Amino acid sequence: MISIRNVSKTFHKGDAAVDAVRDISLDIARREIVAVIGPSGCGKSTLLNMIAGLYAPSRGQVVYKGAPVSDINTDVGYMTQKDNLLPWRSVRDNVAFPLELAGIGWAERADRADQVIQHVGLQGFETRFPNELSGGMRKRACLARMLLYGAETALLDEPFAALDAQLKLVMHGLVLRLADENSQTIVLVTHDLMEAVTLADRVLVCTRRPATLALEHRIDLKRPRDVLNIRFSSEFKDHYDALWERLRLEYEEDRV
Amino acid sequence: MTVPGADLDSKAVVTDAAPPHRATRREVGGVALLLCQLVLGIVIVLAWQGASGRLVDNFFISNPRDVAERLIGWTLDGSIFRHIWATVHATLMGFAIGSVGGTILGVWLGVSPFASRLLSPYLNALNALPKVALAPLFVLWFGLGIESKIALAAVLVLFLVFLNTYAGVREVDQDLIDGARLMRATRTQVITKVIIPSAMSWVFAGLKISVPYALIGAVLGEMIAANRGLGYLVQFSGAQFDTAGVFAVLIVIALLAVALNFLVEIVQHRMERWRIVSR
Repeated sequence: MISIRNVSKTFHKGDAAVDAVRDISLDIARREIVAVIGPSGCGKSTLLNMIAGLYAPSRGQVVYKGAPVSDINTDVGYMTQKDNLLPWRSVRDNVAFPLELAGIGWAERADRADQVIQHVGLQGFETRFPNELSGGMRKRACLARMLLYGAETALLDEPFAALDAQLKLVMHGLVLRLADENSQTIVLVTHDLMEAVTLADRVLVCTRRPATLALEHRIDLKRPRDVLNIRFSSEFKDHYDALWERLRLEYEEDRV
Repeated sequence: MTVPGADLDSKAVVTDAAPPHRATRREVGGVALLLCQLVLGIVIVLAWQGASGRLVDNFFISNPRDVAERLIGWTLDGSIFRHIWATVHATLMGFAIGSVGGTILGVWLGVSPFASRLLSPYLNALNALPKVALAPLFVLWFGLGIESKIALAAVLVLFLVFLNTYAGVREVDQDLIDGARLMRATRTQVITKVIIPSAMSWVFAGLKISVPYALIGAVLGEMIAANRGLGYLVQFSGAQFDTAGVFAVLIVIALLAVALNFLVEIVQHRMERWRIVSR
């Protein structure tokens, strides 16, 4: 589905060059959920931006469904780290935005928007504006909008960082259920190891900037998963420990 | 950092410790202030009346009685309304044309990097040019009628609105544009649904500051060559050495400016909710 081939990305700022991503190769299968985990600012978001076609790789190639990504990749739904709701639109009009762009009539899109708004638990806030919502609610509105866009691939950049622990679990359940229902492929960037193990079929640990792949770890827990209880199983703990052992090194280097 | 804070605190203490009559005075502040302003106005008018002919030659500063006479005379015979209407007409038309043109130009250049780079030296030169200097050209092109006044007002408004709109369009959050494009927005949709709404508060700011300039353009145009309008009347009175007439027209222009500002305030008040949510 997505094939990242020897991709590097260097940002130039004046004379200074910053390596964000160095020589990453990775294949993601259809319907797979891949979590990318690593220290903050290591270049994980850059990787998503390249899959979305917002940045071109400095070297290497991102191939999406057999074709190199050379422009904006409209086959993906992208939930960015910073919420990008339109501040002059109500929650409903924001969530319905992709339908509006597709030319779907007012009544139908309001109807469908209200449905997904209910999915993410924002009912009652349809007519509020983004600046009247908390950070977590804005994130949920973004998620609702992405669901309505209905892309076959979802790129999630720390989607639930602003949510409280309990709500996070509810959202995890929702994401897993919808991924199965819509046979979605998901690339999830996070620095929450618990989240990565709960959701992903495969977890990739990135090194500190420039990001390279330090470890690739398969999570063979069956889907659908019970997100509320899976964390108490011994298999979960084994996966968690194996990943933490490697991830820890990145943070220990930080301390030195 | 601590020094100004301490200063502020000590001031606050003084205010708090002030005798109670200070608070009472503040309570009636609105009405008392209005009274003071009224008294000041009367004092100025009386001083003016007293000084004229005694301290200063009546020829230079006229006197309130003559000015009032002139105003009343023009109102009674209705001649002033023809002039007011000419100026208001030119101001509003100039404002309308200038704001539409400025918005379109601002959006267009804002979304076309090549065009804006191509035109920027010329636009900078035009912007630096005192637009009033274009007046003779407009008289040649559009004649002595209202069209040349509209053109002058429009040009003044156009540049102000254009600069604001352009800045607003360049300020649009790239993340919002990327987000829309990822959801299959066409270029037109990006412009109409993301860029223009996002730049709207800038456009409104430009419109607001340009209202007085529309009036300036209209009056200046009338002063240069016209046969009606407040600018014409002030020029004509001056040429006749009619100081009272000049003062009378100035008062009318000031009232007109106040009325226009009031109009802008009302419109802005209506827009307020929209502006809050568009932040």
